[in-house]
Amino acid sequence: MIFLQLFVTFFIIGLFNFGGGGAMISLIQTQVVTVREWISEGAFTDIVAISQSTPGPIGINCATYVGYEVGGVAGSAVATLAVVLPSFLIFLALVRIFDKFHTHPVFVGMMKALHPAVAGLIGAAALILMFRFGWADGAPAVSVITDNFSDWRSWLLFAAAFVAVFWGKANPIYVILAGGVAGLLLW
Amino acid sequence: MPCHKHPFSAFFRTLANDSRLCKQRRNFDNFVPGMANEEIQRASLGRIFGIFCKIGAFTIGGGYAMIPVIESEMLRRKWIPREEIDDVVVLAQSAPGLLAVNMAIFTGYKLRGWKGSIVATLGAILPSFVIILAVASVLAGWRDNEWVNRFFLGLRPVAIALIAVPAVKMSLRSTAWWEWVVMVVTLVLVAVLKVSPIWILLVLIASSVAICKAREGRGK
Repeated sequence: MIFLQLFVTFFIIGLFNFGGGGAMISLIQTQVVTVREWISEGAFTDIVAISQSTPGPIGINCATYVGYEVGGVAGSAVATLAVVLPSFLIFLALVRIFDKFHTHPVFVGMMKALHPAVAGLIGAAALILMFRFGWADGAPAVSVITDNFSDWRSWLLFAAAFVAVFWGKANPIYVILAGGVAGLLLW
Repeated sequence: MPCHKHPFSAFFRTLANDSRLCKQRRNFDNFVPGMANEEIQRASLGRIFGIFCKIGAFTIGGGYAMIPVIESEMLRRKWIPREEIDDVVVLAQSAPGLLAVNMAIFTGYKLRGWKGSIVATLGAILPSFVIILAVASVLAGWRDNEWVNRFFLGLRPVAIALIAVPAVKMSLRSTAWWEWVVMVVTLVLVAVLKVSPIWILLVLIASSVAICKAREGRGK
């Protein structure tokens, strides 16, 4: 019944995706890594890196890859179609009233309220891949995820990539490839 | 004129009333110079599939990279006039779902109705599918290789930085105090307390609808 679970999980992910590929990564992460525990954090980070550097929309790439890891080729087909289906159904259902719907004050207000939440979701996706938040002896405990940040070299690469993309407007694909090459040289 | 109350109304009228308007001659007041009054070509389903395959295969880095490619393909083939492509982009950005998928659905629908939208969507996701399957199956055999591991050791922090950048950019766009509150609360709930984002989104949708309804009620 893994295929049914995959379908339901990715249908829900597609249904609640309001913020594009970045927000979808956070949805996939919480559903697949935290809730279903299909994939470990380290493996998920690899999947995100590959999704960012291969052709096609990041959200679709990520869904296909997770589907493959969980249920092989059939699993990837199920996950990919399930993630697209909600957009499709919403559009076909609303096509005749999209005109009014799209500018309706309630819809506009809803999107306005969701915008900061999407920013928070994407931020949470990054934080979840960096730190492990938990409880130790009743007190909150935070530790760095060593799979992703093994030592200072990882943090250096993180800072360099952030600066290059945030201020330098560097092309993300080259930045990712440079990161891989730096990994070969530094470790 | 009532039909011009907002910029998309013309687009929606064609969407809602007749998706096969493509064949008939139309007057374009502010259309691309040199293309005015030209016949808009009818697109075959096979061609739509092929072209969206191409669009999917050559866009690296997500939906935004897709926009100029779709534009040039549609204009070159005279399938959709430029002004209507702009409408598709605006609409695809504001609707829920992935931008790239929405673009394919809307453009396909505009060309050939619901059949067109199915064909365009399948075309747009097929290259992703094939490429990811190829990468995944190749990588599966190389998981224990030392070089691959080192490559990924360098790749991971960079991939995380690429998620952090849009998060920071989006949050810096927040202006109202409640936007910061919603953002920080979402961040803490999801990252620290492991609350499912779906609950947060549901609560936000319900409360924003309630607030809008309450305001409407007060306005009357």
